[in-house]
Amino acid sequence: MPKPKNITPVLFLAPSIVGFSIFYFIPFVGGLYYSFVDSPVGGSFVGLKNYIELLKNPVFLRAGYNTLTFTAVSVPLNILLSLGLALLLNRDIYRKNLLRTAFIVPLVVPVASVVLVWQILFDINGSINSLISSLGFSPIDWMKTDYARLVVIIVYLWKNIGYNMVLFLASLQNIPREYYEVADIDGAGSWRKFTNITLVYLTPAAFFIFVMSIINSFKVFRETYLISGAYPQNSIYMLQHYMNNMFSSLDYQKLTSAAFIMAVFIYMLVLIVFNLERKIGSTIGG
Amino acid sequence: MGTRRQFYKELEKTILSVFLFVMAIIILFPLLLTVTNSFMSEQEITDSYSMVAVKDQVPEKNSFAGKYADVKLIPSMVTIKQYYYVLIKETQFLIKFWNSVFLAAPIILGQLLVASMAAYAFSKQKFIFRDKLFFAYIIIMMMPFQVTLVPNYIMVGKLGLMGNYLSIILPGIFSTFGVFLMRQFMMYIPDAYIESAKVDGANQFRIFCSIILPMSKTGLAALAILVFIDNWNMVEQPLVFLQDVNKHPLSIYLSSINEGERGIAFAASTIYMLPMLLVFLYGENYLVQGIQLSGLKG
Repeated sequence: MPKPKNITPVLFLAPSIVGFSIFYFIPFVGGLYYSFVDSPVGGSFVGLKNYIELLKNPVFLRAGYNTLTFTAVSVPLNILLSLGLALLLNRDIYRKNLLRTAFIVPLVVPVASVVLVWQILFDINGSINSLISSLGFSPIDWMKTDYARLVVIIVYLWKNIGYNMVLFLASLQNIPREYYEVADIDGAGSWRKFTNITLVYLTPAAFFIFVMSIINSFKVFRETYLISGAYPQNSIYMLQHYMNNMFSSLDYQKLTSAAFIMAVFIYMLVLIVFNLERKIGSTIGG
Repeated sequence: MGTRRQFYKELEKTILSVFLFVMAIIILFPLLLTVTNSFMSEQEITDSYSMVAVKDQVPEKNSFAGKYADVKLIPSMVTIKQYYYVLIKETQFLIKFWNSVFLAAPIILGQLLVASMAAYAFSKQKFIFRDKLFFAYIIIMMMPFQVTLVPNYIMVGKLGLMGNYLSIILPGIFSTFGVFLMRQFMMYIPDAYIESAKVDGANQFRIFCSIILPMSKTGLAALAILVFIDNWNMVEQPLVFLQDVNKHPLSIYLSSINEGERGIAFAASTIYMLPMLLVFLYGENYLVQGIQLSGLKG
């Protein structure tokens, strides 16, 4: 028990803990109950039935698969592109601050504000097709075929590269200049300097960026929903679309089961990434 | 020799800068298009883009209209008629705009207060289960919307708040992200300040109000901007919690425009991003610092 003298932390924490418990922790744990019964009111225990049914549900699997493949493609792309951009912006260039600003701007622009533009660009009669057909290729029905996946990736990258770029730039600027000077004296080439100094010192930041990018990639529902509504093309039907349908049909059992499957998945992923980081961190002594 | 090397260096710098400028213009293109098109007449917008389907409009198969929509950056005649419609004639837009404000503002203010208090306890005070509790906060922070909306939904239903703005505002205020970010910031405030205030006889609340808060101004500004960005942009929560379309924020309204309203929508989109852009112009450095803080490990 805390001594009377130590009661102040409780007072400072109280509002946050009360709110956190009410809206996150208690219903989260309580939600476990719903995932193990057959009806939210007076239901009886059915074990893992809800989970098994969910994992057999083709719509859930489709949504899960789409979300997973989107994340698997867009997150590495995001990291590569934002790292490349940060490396270029970290060099000696004109109007460095102005350029950096330009790449951060999409981050603050509401998704809904540019939806019109994406629709005009990627419609079957849109401007991209205008360009494609004037070059002599046949136009593509972007939003009504599997190309929709590509559109969503482009729109996601447009908005999210800035965030990672800022993080990479900050860690690039934290690498002591002397390391490069010593390497110069040793006669190391620029590729060796890049792999042996830059990449090594970016690794800790990269792990965090990786995890945050995965979590942010789940927000791509916003773009998909605003561009193509509640029932988009099959390949961009995301987990959030599925969850929204469960919300509107008040299906607590499926909702909570789906939430727990995702939560366990994310938790494992974060655990794996941070353990990997610890291992690599101890070998480079950083 | 020296001048030649300098020449190559200068050349490289120029090529790199030009390349990045071109990239920047491509990145900024959607904004440019939205803003310039908001000054076109409805007729010009219709002429340019009527062949493009609006959302939820199911076109026939292979519905190529025989004509492509070519983006137009410069209005043939500048008009502010769309703004007149949006701001004065059509009340729908203004209602939705204020809906967005009424949702975002309490979340920002509430989260700043709750998070800075909790962060002070987490960063500067010792108590049992501190690290375990903070770990729970981090785990919840890392969960995607699809997961946290479910507990929110269960509790909102139990409290009878469904359809009420509080169903979005309350979970927003207690979002753990603010606690995480402010803790990151307060870790860097030297303990010596607190110790010397204690010697002078100040109690914890005095220390918090007259030392911690003033020294955390940058962190608070950064948090305010990040929370503003996220909530001005909200889509998921209103779809789940607000059945009444009249209560929806601007983000969802803008995606449900009809044919023939596209011109108005450009003006509405421009006004919608304006507060964000102004905050950004004023507080870019705070935003950058906020992002950097979120990437630091504590």
